[in-house]
Amino acid sequence: MLKDITIGQYFPGDSVIHRLDARFKIVFSILAAAMLFTAQNFIGLGIAAVFIIMCYAVSGIRFRMILKSLKPIVPLIIFTGVLNLFFIKGEEILLSWWIITIHTDGLRTSAFMVVRIITLITGMSLLTYTSSPIMLTDAIESLLSPLKKLRFPVHELAMMMMIALRFIPLLIEETDKIMMAQKARGANLDAKGLIKKAKALIPILIPLFISAFKRANELAMAMECRCYRGGEGRTRLKKLKASILDFLAFGLILCVFGIIIANNFAF
Amino acid sequence: MEIIKTENLYFDYEIYDDKGNVVEKNPALHGVNLTVQKGEFLAVLGHNGSGKSTLAKHFNGILLPSRGKVFVNNIDVSDDSRIYEIRQTVGMVFQNPDNQIVAAIVEEDVAFALENLGVPPDEIRERIDEAMKLVDIYKYHKHAPHRLSGGQKQRVAIAGVIAMRPMCIVLDEPTAMLDPKGRKEVMGTIKMLNEKGITIVLITHYMEEAAQARRVVVMDKGAIIMDGTPKEIFSEVEKLKAVGLDVPQVTELAYELRKAGVKLPANILNEDECAKELAVILKEGRDLLQ
Repeated sequence: MLKDITIGQYFPGDSVIHRLDARFKIVFSILAAAMLFTAQNFIGLGIAAVFIIMCYAVSGIRFRMILKSLKPIVPLIIFTGVLNLFFIKGEEILLSWWIITIHTDGLRTSAFMVVRIITLITGMSLLTYTSSPIMLTDAIESLLSPLKKLRFPVHELAMMMMIALRFIPLLIEETDKIMMAQKARGANLDAKGLIKKAKALIPILIPLFISAFKRANELAMAMECRCYRGGEGRTRLKKLKASILDFLAFGLILCVFGIIIANNFAF
Repeated sequence: MEIIKTENLYFDYEIYDDKGNVVEKNPALHGVNLTVQKGEFLAVLGHNGSGKSTLAKHFNGILLPSRGKVFVNNIDVSDDSRIYEIRQTVGMVFQNPDNQIVAAIVEEDVAFALENLGVPPDEIRERIDEAMKLVDIYKYHKHAPHRLSGGQKQRVAIAGVIAMRPMCIVLDEPTAMLDPKGRKEVMGTIKMLNEKGITIVLITHYMEEAAQARRVVVMDKGAIIMDGTPKEIFSEVEKLKAVGLDVPQVTELAYELRKAGVKLPANILNEDECAKELAVILKEGRDLLQ
């Protein structure tokens, strides 16, 4: 059923990685990405990949989930792989057949890029697997808070994300209902052809929009009744708190980063 | 002691043109004078468009009077500087539970009002746990609201208001979108809260719910036309019917029997009462009709 779609892909757990402060986890993810792009050879990349796989092992997320996270980017992986394979030229020719020539350098770069993308996505997915959407929203609000000085609406952005998370399942359910209601009235929703398909959407979108506006109106009133007045002077039920664990993890990541940089110079 | 008091309250819904000028005024309230005492359980009855929801929205400054005054705990609701004090005193629960739940997790939503008020986290935790236990939704505190039933969702909304520790709760047709089971749950919660000393104003068009209140006010065309105990109100069956309202089924039955000549008291409100009275008559004499 449409209702059962989960937003984000959070797997609740109680591992060390789950317990890390979400703000740190976001920073770690950025560092991990930087790490992958700093690594200039397979040894560096290998170290980073082993590190990420170890993180998965610690988090208790099943390895099957790695494959699931890679599914949507398979075309990108293939595209990058093929492109690099055929268009990178080196001195050594590995294979030559008809108009296709594959150079050793091409094969190496291609493999390197593919491994890099795979580890990158795998690493990033760990963030959403181990932190709830609310934790992430709070973390983003907290990380962006220096931008408040530049009048960037950080709190409003976080509130919008929170409300969106709350209402997406509701609106999905509603779309479902509207579709059924319109079908019952004889709307042809399975029309073929692009224009006809677009036209078929109108009787679904219009009621959906009207109801969304009505909901927004009522929600605003309910929020006012509960004394909502923006981010000024607001406290939070759950305060994000950095613990020793976060700093230890930070240290560990910096170590791995250091090893990768050293490795670049060594070879 | 009075908690809500309206003095000669008028309200018009105004329709503006593009330049911000008033093109049309739709009067919704005509000189409402109403006093709600502390600890009271008041039901406001009226059919659609009678102005009962409009009236309710004046009780915590969501709407401000066009003319006249509204006082909450002796504070004028037009006093902008004390509006949050007023909204903390009078909490409000609306019809559709889905549209008043803000957060994607039950306990986060119950905490919403307290977060807005800047309550420290430890105290928030204490107060929301208390509120959730009171309305019996504590076991769902980590759930996503859209997985709960209508009655449960409405109780989450009530908990979110209770957490503010208000003196009064105004409920605007809180059961209109619920199934019978959810309706029963919510009515039970409302009665329990009233017993704990919280003033309840229940806007409704269900006669059976109004019959459970201690005082009933009937509205029609933006004015209060009747005010009294449920027994007093429901004994005037014709007057209620004239403004498009029904009476509880038992009252209707008693009314019809009386019209047919059976000697029944006029103010019967529940089945037990009716059965008892009928039993007495049946025992006493065979000549039911006189």
